[in-house]
Amino acid sequence: MANTAPLLEVTDLRTYFDTEAGTARAVDGVSFAIEEGEVLGIVGESGSGKSVTSLSLMRLVPEPPGRIQPGSSVRFRGTELLELDEERMRRVRGNEIAMIFQEPMTSLNPVYPVGEQIAEALRYHKGLGKRAAWARAVELLGLVGIPDPEQRARAYPHQLSGGMRQRVMIAIAISCEPKLLIADEPTTALDVTIQAQILDLLAELRERLGMAMILITHDLGVVAEVCDRVLVMYAGQVMEEADVDTLFRDPRHPYTEGLLRAIPRLGQPVERLAVIPGGVPSATAWPVGCRFHPRCPYGWELCVDAHPGLFEAGVGHASRCWLEKHPERREAVRRETGGYAAKVPRTPAEEHHRPAAATGEAPEPERSPPEAPPRPFLADPDTEREVER
Amino acid sequence: MNDALLDVRGLKKYFPVRRGLFGRTRDYVRAVDDISFQVRRGETLGLVGESGSGKSTAARTILRLIEPTAGEARFDGEDIFAMDEAALRRFRRRVQIVFQDPFASLNPRMTVGDTLHEALHIHRIARGAAADRRVHELLGLVGLAPEHARRYPHEFSGGQRQRIGIARALSVEPEFIICDEPVSALDVSVQAQVLNLLRDLQDRLGLTYLFIAHDLSVVEHMSDRIAVMYRGRIVEIGPTEQVIRQPRHPYTRALLAAVPVPEPRSGAGKG
Repeated sequence: MANTAPLLEVTDLRTYFDTEAGTARAVDGVSFAIEEGEVLGIVGESGSGKSVTSLSLMRLVPEPPGRIQPGSSVRFRGTELLELDEERMRRVRGNEIAMIFQEPMTSLNPVYPVGEQIAEALRYHKGLGKRAAWARAVELLGLVGIPDPEQRARAYPHQLSGGMRQRVMIAIAISCEPKLLIADEPTTALDVTIQAQILDLLAELRERLGMAMILITHDLGVVAEVCDRVLVMYAGQVMEEADVDTLFRDPRHPYTEGLLRAIPRLGQPVERLAVIPGGVPSATAWPVGCRFHPRCPYGWELCVDAHPGLFEAGVGHASRCWLEKHPERREAVRRETGGYAAKVPRTPAEEHHRPAAATGEAPEPERSPPEAPPRPFLADPDTEREVER
Repeated sequence: MNDALLDVRGLKKYFPVRRGLFGRTRDYVRAVDDISFQVRRGETLGLVGESGSGKSTAARTILRLIEPTAGEARFDGEDIFAMDEAALRRFRRRVQIVFQDPFASLNPRMTVGDTLHEALHIHRIARGAAADRRVHELLGLVGLAPEHARRYPHEFSGGQRQRIGIARALSVEPEFIICDEPVSALDVSVQAQVLNLLRDLQDRLGLTYLFIAHDLSVVEHMSDRIAVMYRGRIVEIGPTEQVIRQPRHPYTRALLAAVPVPEPRSGAGKG
């Protein structure tokens, strides 16, 4: 696979939105590639730009207010998608690249039986006749694990459960045997037992059909179970990229580290969860320098002064963090403050107005977090003691 | 079990299903179907289940936001379902609820300060300067600043709104708080802030929680004991460690097996 061109290659993708509050740089210089048959996870919180990234690939961003900036490139099997006319793009959508969304009810037409909706895609993209398309639709419903597919093909969306509707969406998505399936939070609206079934189904289909998949999610557990490789997005940018084992075993970016330590893990109780202070910033006003610096326990002057590149951190592993260039600092901070463990939670008062300048004023940037927060009543007394030692 | 602050026995809530134009009742949805449990003073009982399992209906019935079909619920020995207006008002000062979406439960036209003042006023807890002091104290308690009192709900992020929801619940100095999916709408990085806050407040104020959620790992993190609900019934209840490590009921086992684990199994199980 090393010699062949990737299935999809995204280079410097920038998708901006004009809003009343100014230009929202929702996706701001994202690059990645995906090989045939690979499952790439894009993980991030709300506002990280992960969904806009996927919509941009499909050219489904409404313009205006959105616009994909000049210089962005999305190459699919050698073809530049951003330059295709709408007619040819429509041939790609659903046919070669398919997409499923979080809420299947809003993507299904409520007034047509589900079998009809699958058959429609087959007639449009594959030129099948009415009868053949219907037969194939029933077959697909069986393939995605819907019991009694012949009956269910005649059902309307509202007559099916959430899990069954998502299966119908998947049947539509795979109906034309796409090379790439983009799944945007496909299981977020589902119960955990149903989620497990859908994830199993996606893994099985990927195996059988050999399709590549981009799985967009906020759930690190889902990523660990399904993906080969992961992009961690924050503030419109890729913060870290790694294969899935490496990401969980050796997270390099402080944001990834924080996310992994902030989630409670089943069967591994901890007294306190690590906290990433503050909240996700607004896309119209990303912090200067490193966009994560206001929430980062390792931050220092450099993080405010200069925007870090995506530095190599190993084979196929990259992290957008100055720690890659100053590795000694990571250990120093951990020794002195414990990193996330003892980081005093900033009060949410500061969530939105980050005094970028304040960091520079700290007399000893090596020691002090970007700003001394007001009375940290939330602070864990135990960890505070530890700091003093 | 005499130290039970909340004691629920044989609670049922059936919703009639009407069909046809003139809607004669043909059937019932057994949303809560004969559940019993106790919550001891100072503990957290986690109530976990999937959508439609009846966990939220159980909570609303206990608060008498909806009337029960049958059963008994005692708070500190007093029969909740037999309370008159005055008793109910006292009860609702001692028991509060925090919802999943605090934005829906906050008045968008009132500043956060006004919202908190209103609660203090209705329950005759404080007036004037004392009330102002109390509002500032409450905001401090949940990690917000005094100047936040002058702002409106839409000016806050999701995590901050949940802090406001918690401050509002705390304003009447309750002993017992029902947390109904309090972090489900929050981002992962903010979820930990709110969970830690709830635990800190419990330690400081000696609160008792009924913690309702669909996320097993969150429930495990928060609870001393866990009750698992499925189709209106509690299928398993016990100490957290036991329920998680040695689940007895097949449904609990299925639920545990379905939780995606944030630890890759080095390619095993993947394609």
